[in-house]
Amino acid sequence: MGGIVGVIDYGMGNLHSVASALEHVGAEQVIVSHDPAEIRRADRVVFPGVGAIRDCMAEIHRLGCGELLREALEQQHKPVLAICVGMQALMDSSEENGGVDCLGLVPGEVKFFGAPLHDAEGARLKVPHMGWNRVRQRIDHPLWQGIEDQSRFYFVHSYYVQAQNPELVAGELDYGVQAHAALARDNLFAVQFHPEKSAGAGLTLLRNFLNWNGQC
Amino acid sequence: MGLAKRIIPCLDVENGRVVKGVNFVDIRDAGDPVEIAQRYNEQGADEITFLDITASHEGRDTTVHTVEQIASHVFIPLTVGGGIRKVEDIRTMLNAGADKVAINTAAIHEPELVRRASERFGAQCIVVAIDAKRVDDVDGQPRWEIFTHGGRKPTGINAVAWAQRMAEYGAGEILLTSMDRDGTKNGFELGVTRAISDAVDIPVIASGGVGNLQHLVDGIVEGGADAVLAASIFHFGEYSVPEAKAYMAERGIEVRL
Repeated sequence: MGGIVGVIDYGMGNLHSVASALEHVGAEQVIVSHDPAEIRRADRVVFPGVGAIRDCMAEIHRLGCGELLREALEQQHKPVLAICVGMQALMDSSEENGGVDCLGLVPGEVKFFGAPLHDAEGARLKVPHMGWNRVRQRIDHPLWQGIEDQSRFYFVHSYYVQAQNPELVAGELDYGVQAHAALARDNLFAVQFHPEKSAGAGLTLLRNFLNWNGQC
Repeated sequence: MGLAKRIIPCLDVENGRVVKGVNFVDIRDAGDPVEIAQRYNEQGADEITFLDITASHEGRDTTVHTVEQIASHVFIPLTVGGGIRKVEDIRTMLNAGADKVAINTAAIHEPELVRRASERFGAQCIVVAIDAKRVDDVDGQPRWEIFTHGGRKPTGINAVAWAQRMAEYGAGEILLTSMDRDGTKNGFELGVTRAISDAVDIPVIASGGVGNLQHLVDGIVEGGADAVLAASIFHFGEYSVPEAKAYMAERGIEVRL
């Protein structure tokens, strides 16, 4: 099941957890690399990310990971899963670090949650948005299979994604604002939460990714 | 309906073994941090905090190995604290699989460490641990000061002002332990918990003094904490994580069930 998974490593933070979780749910082999030859061997690709977007984008550009991702997505049509800052990096730009241009693979922006932030009842909300929040599934998708609507996933982020095209929104979250927790387009699925840290629901999503043929 | 309040069991680990062990009915090795972490994960704990109390330098390699083992088997967030002194220590723990590191005394000696670590690794993985004790003003106004060396050594630093400064420096979360309450089972020191929760925009974890489930509720409702950390009530089987969550949910607190 799943074949070879390539985890694109642009040197920002630890990918141990992502790799372990993929192995745990049955990946035959997990390659963590930014070497194009290695990633091209993979049957499917994970684009992770933690940390500040400016540093992430600098490393993504320096190591040619943007081209690598574009190739996997648009030429090889492999299933691709982007996680957290990996999802944010797909967008046009982010407000973080005074404004940073991102890869522009998905039209939309990455915005600051804002402080002070309040919920609908006026209660104060802390930033970063850290912990287990509900994800409202907006579409049927192979990656949601076996995961109940409104399941909780683990989030940790201060900036959130707003995609331009509402048809791409696969999941939403509420945290003072309505943010996009998951996006889906053709062979791409992107999540703001950390499936590798989201216990049962997260592991189910990763298992679904290993079984996914990239069709919606 | 939104973000759940978190329950975080805390393991004190020395040379790769959980100190004092746990008292679960069906556990094979009461001192094995990996097995205990797995059990808490199965119970529905929202995160695990691992406090390294290993004194020797050689023992630190064992700690790194333990973190690697937990991170390979437990797919919920893992925070590692204890003995974090420099950026290199943080990198080592993150590379071993920790999601966050807790910086305590080193932040007091060198506050810039928090700023550098946050810039390098991101605020999301930098927890500043604060050990506070109540030292009221002469006029009786409550005031809390930071103590080091297990609560023995005063620093003269106001805990609330320190929390604000650490948040400005890029801490992503505050782990607040009341040294007056730690080990007493009398409940959290709610005054300082509320004061710090109100003073900072980042999440606050309340710690120190949990003796029953109502204490967890009080930490959230009265103290304004975003998460509650406890050790002995879970380790010795007095209460399970599901019991704690059910109790909190019955009292209107949103938890992950």
